[in-house]
Amino acid sequence: MMTIVAVVAGLMFAIGALLAVYRIVVGPSVLDRVIAGDVLVATAICALGAEMALNRHTDNLPVLLVLALFAVLGSFSVARFLPARDNA
Amino acid sequence: MNPVLLDILTGVLVLAGAAMCLAAGIGLIRFPDVLSRLHAATKPQIFGLMAVTADVAINNFSVGTVTLVVAIVVFQALTAPMAAHLVGRAAYETEHLRPDLLIVDELRDRRAER
Repeated sequence: MMTIVAVVAGLMFAIGALLAVYRIVVGPSVLDRVIAGDVLVATAICALGAEMALNRHTDNLPVLLVLALFAVLGSFSVARFLPARDNA
Repeated sequence: MNPVLLDILTGVLVLAGAAMCLAAGIGLIRFPDVLSRLHAATKPQIFGLMAVTADVAINNFSVGTVTLVVAIVVFQALTAPMAAHLVGRAAYETEHLRPDLLIVDELRDRRAER
């Protein structure tokens, strides 16, 4: 049963990440790309945590801590120093 | 804890986190402008993380694990709203939004003054 859960959850993570990558590629503004990058990092965090929960170990918890602390620095810098007029 | 109950709880929480990530991806594709995509994007950052880390905590229940899990959720809950606020404000100031979708625009007067 846990194998089925793992496969279904993995497919959902993969589709969510692929849709975020699609938005990064085509996104009309740089802010769309920043948001999609945040979603990609959040998907990576959730996937690492799900792997830990399904295999019953805690090896990745420090990785999750570092990602939760520092994943937002990219969005900070882009959103803070965005020029007032850009069409990129 | 009963092993069958633990398995069911683990599966439900993992699937909840995965469903949040899938919903965020679909929302990124379907929603029309930056602010509504921001609404979709913040779901896995908090709820998905809480579901998955709670799952880790109940599978390896010890003081160290629970402390680390609480720290992860607290730090994410501190940093994710700051990033969302900054991105939303930048989207408003660079006009990457559809004004016809806004119900209330409290910043319109301030924008007219500038």
